[in-house]
Order: sequence, then C-alpha cells, then structure tokens
Amino acid sequence: MRDVAIIGVGETEFGELWDRSFRDLGIEAGLKAIQDAKLRSEDIDAVYIGNMSAGKFIDQEHVSALVADYAGLADMHLPTVRVEGGGACGAIALLQARLAIASGMHDIVVVGGAEKMTDVGEVQAAEILSSTADQEWETVFGATFAGLYAMMARRHMYEYGTTREQMAAVAVKNHKNGALNPEAQFQKEITIEMVLQAPWVAEPLGLFDCAPLSDGAAAVVLCEMQKARKFTDTPIRIAGSGQASDFLALHDRRDLTMMDATVVAGKRAFQEARLEPKDVQVAEVHDNFTISEILAIEDLRFVEKGKGGPATADGLTALNGKISVNTSGGLKARGQPVGATGVAQAVEIVRQLRGQGGKRQVVGARRGLTHTLGGTGATAVVHIFERGD
Amino acid sequence: MKAGIVSYGGYIPRYRIRPKDIGVVWGADGEAMGRGLNIRAKSVPGPDEDVITISVEAARACMAKVDIDPTEIGAIYVGSESHPYAVKPSATIVAEAIGSAPVLTAADYEFACKAGTAAIQTTMGLTLSKMMKYGLAIGSDTSQGAPGDALEYSASAGGAALLIGTDRAVADISHTVSFTTDTPDFWRREGQRYPSHGGRFTGEPAYFKHVVNCAQLLFKRAGTTAEDYDYAVFHQPNGKFPVRVAKQLGFKEAQMDAGLCVRDIGNTYSGAIMVGLCAILDEAEAGDRIFAVGYGSGAGSDGFDLTVTDEITKIRRDASPSIKDMIADQVFVDYATYAKYRGKILMREA
Repeated sequence: MRDVAIIGVGETEFGELWDRSFRDLGIEAGLKAIQDAKLRSEDIDAVYIGNMSAGKFIDQEHVSALVADYAGLADMHLPTVRVEGGGACGAIALLQARLAIASGMHDIVVVGGAEKMTDVGEVQAAEILSSTADQEWETVFGATFAGLYAMMARRHMYEYGTTREQMAAVAVKNHKNGALNPEAQFQKEITIEMVLQAPWVAEPLGLFDCAPLSDGAAAVVLCEMQKARKFTDTPIRIAGSGQASDFLALHDRRDLTMMDATVVAGKRAFQEARLEPKDVQVAEVHDNFTISEILAIEDLRFVEKGKGGPATADGLTALNGKISVNTSGGLKARGQPVGATGVAQAVEIVRQLRGQGGKRQVVGARRGLTHTLGGTGATAVVHIFERGD
Repeated sequence: MKAGIVSYGGYIPRYRIRPKDIGVVWGADGEAMGRGLNIRAKSVPGPDEDVITISVEAARACMAKVDIDPTEIGAIYVGSESHPYAVKPSATIVAEAIGSAPVLTAADYEFACKAGTAAIQTTMGLTLSKMMKYGLAIGSDTSQGAPGDALEYSASAGGAALLIGTDRAVADISHTVSFTTDTPDFWRREGQRYPSHGGRFTGEPAYFKHVVNCAQLLFKRAGTTAEDYDYAVFHQPNGKFPVRVAKQLGFKEAQMDAGLCVRDIGNTYSGAIMVGLCAILDEAEAGDRIFAVGYGSGAGSDGFDLTVTDEITKIRRDASPSIKDMIADQVFVDYATYAKYRGKILMREA
C-alpha cells in the first residue's frame, strides 16, 4: 500500500445556516481545502463525498455528481462517489479515498462531507437521525436515537457508578473548547448546573447532553505521500485506519456499556500504525451524546473501562490534559452536520498537528486520532494521523 | 395633506390563562416558559367570542370616541388569520353592526400578524386619493396554537380598529414603509386547524430581519433616529422579541413600556401592534411622536411614523374602556375551562 497524506483542509462554519444551501456549503468547504492544498483543478483524480441523508433532508440524491458539478469540475468527468454509513459516512469516505490512492488507482482525491439538516422541522430531523437505528426492531417500537443512547447511559451508571455530573462534564469541556473555535455552532461556555437543569430529552440525558442539528460541510485533500511533499512541507500522514461493524440493533449487542465496533476499529488502526493510545496527544471522538464520549475514550483505551466519567470530571481529557479530546468542541459544540462529521474531525486533527490550532492548540501535538460512529455503534471508524515531516 | 388616525378602539377578551397552568397539562415548566417569553398571562376568548365579535367591539369602541356618521366610512377591512369563515367576509358583519352598510367596500385581509397594518396602508391610500372620506382598518385574532406546542403559551385573542382619514386626525401618519420577502417561517394550510412554524427560524431570519430592515427604512424616510420618538411599538409575538429589537434600534425601555401589552395578554396576532398603538394613544399628548413597526410571518413588516395632534384632546377618549382598563379587567381560568372555551373538547353532535 502506498502512503497517503492530507495536504489541504477546509470547512464552513457550522450552525443553523438558513440562508445557505447544501451545494453552497459543499462548494465552500471543497474550495477552501483545494486552496489550502494549492491545487489546480486538473490535479484532482476523484471526489468522494460523505453524506448521510440528503435524500430525506433536502430531497436530493446523487450528491456526488452534484458537488463535482457545482465545484466547476463537471467537464473533467471525474469519478465521484457518495458514501453512506450513518454518522460515520464522512470517515468511511476518507477511508475509501485513502484506499483508492494506496492502491495506485488515484494520486489526489478530494474528500468532502456535508449535511443540510435545518430545511426540515426538528421532529422530522430527529426521525431521520433515528433511521440509522434498526427501523424494524427499534424505532417501530418507539425507540428514539436519544432513547437508545439513554439506555447505554443508564447501564453505564449502574455498572460503573458514572454520574450525571460526570456526563455533564463532557458537555462543559466541549463547550469550553467550542468557545475557542470560530467555526463552532456554540461558542459559549456552559456550567455543570446548566446541563443538569436542562429539560430531559431522554432521561438521564438532558438537552445539553445531546449534540445539535446543524448545517455544515468539511473537506480534505488526500495525496500520495511522495507527491504530497511537492505541495506542502507538513503533509499529515494517515498512519492507520480501522473500520468495524456490529449488530445494527442495540439489544443484540454483547454489552450496552462498550461499543465493540469502536474497540475493534481502534485496535485495527493502532495495529496498522504500530502505535499505542499513549502515543496520541489529541483526539476527536464521536460525542453525539455525552455518554458517547465517555464510551469512546474507554473503548479506545485512553482510559480504563468504567473510568471515562471520573477522567472527564478530573480534566484528563481537557485541552492540554493527559489527552486532549474534542478540541474543536466536538459534535456537541462545534455542531453535528452528520455527513460532515468524520471529515471535520480530520480537519481539526490536521490543524492541531500543523500547529494551526490557534487558542485551542494542543502543545506538542504530533499524533492525532479521529473516531466516528454510525447509528448507535453498528459502525465505527478510527483514523490515526501523524506529522509526515 | 396627510392621512392619519381619526379615532381608535381596542378590545381584549376578559378571560386569562397563566403559562403555569398550561405547562401543568403538558408536563412542562410553564412558569419558566412564561419567564422566557416574558408573558405573565394570555387572553382567552369566551365561548361566544370570535374575530367578528372582537372586531365589532373594537369598531364600536372606535366610533364611540367621535361624532362621525358611520355611513361616511367608505371601506372596512378586517385583517386576521382566524376569520370564522373560510368563504364569507367578516368585514360585512362589522359594517352592518356599526351601521356603515350598504354603500361601502369591504373585504377580509390575511398576512399572518400584519394584515391589520396592511389595512391601514390601504385605507390611507383610499382616503388620500379622495375616493372616500374614512376607512376602517381592523386587526383582530383568536389565534391558534396547537395544544402542547410552544405557541400555546402565547397565542391569545384581541383586536383593534383604527379609523383612517385625512381630516381631524388625532395622529398624523407622516411616513409608512414596508419590507416584504417570501420567508416561510410560520404558516397554516387550507383545512389545517393549527399553524406550523420553523422554531428558531421564526427569529433571526424572519422577525428580526424584517422588523430591523423596515425600521431602518423608516428612520431614513423620516430622517429620524430612535431619540426623536416618545413612544415605540413593535409586533409583539412574545415579550422578548420586541424588547430585543427595540434595544437593537436604539430605543429605551421608557419608550416601549406603554405599548408592550403582550406581557399581560399574550400575542393577539393581527391585533398585537394595533392594540399596542391604541394603548399609546390612550395616554399620548399632542406633539408626541410614535414609531410603529409591525410584522407578519411569511413575511413582511409595515412601519409607521406618527405624530399626535391637538385633535387628541377633542375626541372622547374615555367613551370606551382604555386598553389598560381592559388588561386590568381579568378573570383567570384553568386549562379545562380554557379547553372548553377554545372548542378543544369533542362534544356530542347535535
């Protein structure tokens, strides 16, 4: 396999962007990434797009060709691929693009992720999100996405003594980081009390335990490593990638308090990279709910199983803590345009490893990790990045 | 020559319900909801009240203040989004009730919450062009909020009537401007009982964008700033939006207080800004300047620059109850009574 590096990144602001369309957002992110990489359009070999559900959110399928078209690339007749994998689609698109370059088929691929979620009402949006769970065995019986994650939270509280305050600490930390990110949806700090006093969404998860509905897009440019050095002095190498799946429905899983897909994807990525969790200084993990981040840092072995809550409350995952988790603000504060998530996480890690983290820069960051979930954990993708200079 | 308000009158149903009592039914913290919306109570129409009775009450209150023959009214327009009939005008019943029929034109208007201010502008044109001596512009609603929806805490009932003409106006309308776009923030389709809304989309890209743009156009047209006015009144879907928009435009709390009725009666939709304007006219003195910008979802804003004249001392302001009196005259009901009055209880068919 050929080595692959990221040579350009770009993203839009995230939020309720009522005056911006899906194509506006996709184009902005893509152009920023291409400009960042100092590419010419004729250098591009293919376009990969992560998108969860444009068909339901904006009644538009075939977004792969659409994005290339509106980026002005239509007459180059590039191969364009749209990847779907629930919330993990952006991370899978990144993995597939990496493979396309590693195989020798392409040299330079633009990977985008985008979602436009606010053209439908909130109830409809929540239903669309829930469609990544099992429609026949979960949602048909009334389970909502938040409800399923609430069950994981309950069990984690029961098994390990995790408290609502510890879960709240995830939201507080991520809002604190988001306040340092000019592209984040919520750039406002919150307190533990605010999280605890917020109305229930699905007990024990309150409003501030849940990531928002968002519009936004992100893009990265992938390039074969030798060629990458012609474009940049700091290519960010993809050192390892792992993807894993699990039972679609939560009730079929081995353990409610551990996502096996995350465990396996993490092992595969670390194995390929020949690294250990302690070698990573910064991680973007899938905090669609506060409990998800606690599960993720445990299942990726950044902390011992069951200790994710206290570790967060003690500041181990804070900016420049033992490991800095979700420096962008995460899904919670940066926002959650589903298709963009996996790609936006990579954008943040690249910025951190380049030393472009601004006020939220992790000191001495040389290796970073992204972790992205589909559904309630039926898909997990982990990428490990390192500076290639 | 200027058109202006020759007389005015408002009507607010007596019944009230508190946000707390609505929240109890839906397992929500109604008190917190009320605080967030800056609403202490909302008015509830009685079982025999609708947009027509409210409009008639307001029109009668308006005509009681002046000695004008109702047959001199050449047009009556009733703006509302809760006309009792889908086909058959409310305005004709009002015309008959106040003795203006039959030699006049009448129609019902709809533009969400600004249908009444659209009627003001129409009657200004008709009277300025000398097609008629007076026109009656009414904004009135018994607004609908779906049970359990956030709107239920604010959607209330009330209305106001403004007699528009070019002669003996108590307040001259020196300037009016509008700002209109196609913005679907709130709607109700034919046959639907309750409206839909875009949640937070009703704020920034809808209410604030239109009110602020309209207000700035009005400042420019009138060559004024916020400091030039004694009173300011805005469409008041809740007690939060108008206060925020006023601050943004440079108005002080003292300029806002008289017209901010929403805190005690909720959102009377087409009636909201017009009831606020009536409350201001109840206490205004000659020479006072009033800045008024309405808003209707869908969406648009109508703005008015008004100056109170000496005529305000010549009409019988106390011939009908003031808005303040009507706000104070309140009977609180519980949710069950409210549900009955609003026709939410399925009854045996006759």
